[in-house]
Amino acid sequence: MATEGTRPMLEIRNLHALAGGMSILHGIDLLVRAGEVHAVMGPNASGKSTLSNVLAGRPSVEVTQGEVLFEGRDLLALSPEERAREGIFLAFQYPVEIPGVSNSYFLKAALNAIRKHRGEPELDAMEFLQLAREKMKLVEMDEKLLHRSINEGFSGGEKKRNEILQMTLLEPRLAILDETDSGLDIDALRIVAGGVNALRGPQRAMIVITHYQRLLDYIVPDRVHVLAGGRIVRSGGKELAHELERRGYGWLEAGAAG
Amino acid sequence: MGALETARDHYVARHAAWAAARPDEPAWLARLRREAAASFAATGLPHTRLEEWRYTNLTPLARVPFELATGSPEISREALEQVSFPVYACSVFVFVDGIHRPELSAPRALSAGVRVLSLAELLASEPERVEAELGCLVDPKLHPFAALNTAFLDDGAVLLVPRGVRLSQPIHVVFASSGAEPDRVRHPRVLVVAGPESRGEVIVDHVDLAPARGFTNAVIEVRVERGAELGLILVQREADRTFHVSNLAARVERDARLSAHTVTLGGSLVRNDASVLLAEEGASCRLDGLFAGNGEQLLDHHTLIDHAMPHGESRQLYKGILGGAARGVFRGRVIVRPGAQRTDAEQSNPNLLLSPGAEVDSKPQLEIHADDVRCRHGSSIGRLDEDALFYLRARGLDEGEARDLLTRGFAAEVLDALPVAALGTALTALLATRLGRPAEGARP
Repeated sequence: MATEGTRPMLEIRNLHALAGGMSILHGIDLLVRAGEVHAVMGPNASGKSTLSNVLAGRPSVEVTQGEVLFEGRDLLALSPEERAREGIFLAFQYPVEIPGVSNSYFLKAALNAIRKHRGEPELDAMEFLQLAREKMKLVEMDEKLLHRSINEGFSGGEKKRNEILQMTLLEPRLAILDETDSGLDIDALRIVAGGVNALRGPQRAMIVITHYQRLLDYIVPDRVHVLAGGRIVRSGGKELAHELERRGYGWLEAGAAG
Repeated sequence: MGALETARDHYVARHAAWAAARPDEPAWLARLRREAAASFAATGLPHTRLEEWRYTNLTPLARVPFELATGSPEISREALEQVSFPVYACSVFVFVDGIHRPELSAPRALSAGVRVLSLAELLASEPERVEAELGCLVDPKLHPFAALNTAFLDDGAVLLVPRGVRLSQPIHVVFASSGAEPDRVRHPRVLVVAGPESRGEVIVDHVDLAPARGFTNAVIEVRVERGAELGLILVQREADRTFHVSNLAARVERDARLSAHTVTLGGSLVRNDASVLLAEEGASCRLDGLFAGNGEQLLDHHTLIDHAMPHGESRQLYKGILGGAARGVFRGRVIVRPGAQRTDAEQSNPNLLLSPGAEVDSKPQLEIHADDVRCRHGSSIGRLDEDALFYLRARGLDEGEARDLLTRGFAAEVLDALPVAALGTALTALLATRLGRPAEGARP
């Protein structure tokens, strides 16, 4: 567990953002230190995905106010690929299907882009395959999926495992999991959580975005934040998640209006 | 007089002089040429008031008084292999400026009885062998450029695959232009007869050895006999100052199958016509195409599939990728004749525009004269998917690489399906180069 003295990895200050021309985030403040796992919970349309998209740099999301610092640097000034290379990873809620591009080609290109940025030697095809096989075991993913087009015809569970596979390959410093639990059965959830937990460490932070408390039985957070109406309306320890499970979001949403 | 008329008169005059210098040839051959020349003289170069040529203005082609090549330039095998890779895995037959060059060819490992011949040699030694075949599939009245090709009929490739033979290797026919002289025209001719129950793959490849302005006017006639299966790949990877017109005419007989794949990556003005007659019951064909242009290229593809008899099946997938101010045209006609019941035809033409200045015109055309048929067609014009771009960038690929990868992914449906896989890999790399970015390594 990180202590209060650890330097901040991510600082979000008074963040306002538009998505699809609509004002979604109305002043988010969040501090995440290395080694911590933060859960962001909230009802549908509370702004959870917009927050993850702001952090990853989706061009269609517009920040209108506030700032985001990643290890002291202005994150919003970086392109999505620069953020990825600096160590930010977003596990997509809806991983995109890309016909005609093999998963293995994509994973190798991504890994080598990041290794190159870190000043590490790029992996050749054989080295990559060996590494990918090792990591695929961790997420119990069929090796055949390496040779298929990216996410094309993958089941919901396979897509999410592919996201976690990418995360374990790229070894980010800040991982954001956007509703990675949605659409997963309990076995898949356990496997995905296992992959995430294997990556926890003192140098790494995670933001786990979820609607349900269920995932947090497997990935136990240090802090829990409730997002409602584009603001964080309550923060607490992991017990807050259990309270939400019991009471729902209604009692907090009422306070977020206006 | 307009440019089109001037060009017609130029070619008619050149033909008269050229034919007069070849007095000792068989009468049928002289007549074939003469009639083709007359047909060309009557129609001339097509103008844009004709529906078939609406989007393709031939004035730039007509303005250049192209002449036949005269010399036989020195060409090294290395220079050739640089532009016509992968040559190693195939039996290779090379033509330079329209003339067969045995010293550059490598007819290895041909299966028993398979013949690959120079048309010029065949016309000199046993002309009766091709008398019944030449010019009977392509209609010079419908295709003025096919008429012009036939008027200058001289050398080319004749491929004869006997009954029941399976080709052990693809046959790779390379038509290379030397660029030794500027403003040259060549009229490559290919005749493929795939005998009953035979199997094989043939590549017809057009390349430039130097980026000189030129004009390639090709005709490819193909007969796929009863129960045969032929895979045909037509590659156009000439330089960006080349004018290229090609007519493929194929006849597919009972229970035979043709799969023809046209890949167009070069040329300033390209017009490819492919027409397939499913002449007997149970004949089937697959027509795939990929055309990718940049700069000011105009890439025009016309297809015609004629379902003449029952139980025929056709599948068409033509994909266009256009960047810069390039323009693409696809017009796909499917005719189902009266009585051609149980015809099953599908046509699809998705297009990808990479820049605001690029344009494509897509026009499917179904003419159905039978009632118990299944015909579907669709076309689309789109840009690179923003969600997919963001997904790739969020994994560390820069925007250019991400665009490249998505573009290659779009092309893969055609290139990965080529019956000669090594060629698909080579053309995927070339596609990235031609679209303006270096390839980041071949696909796995």
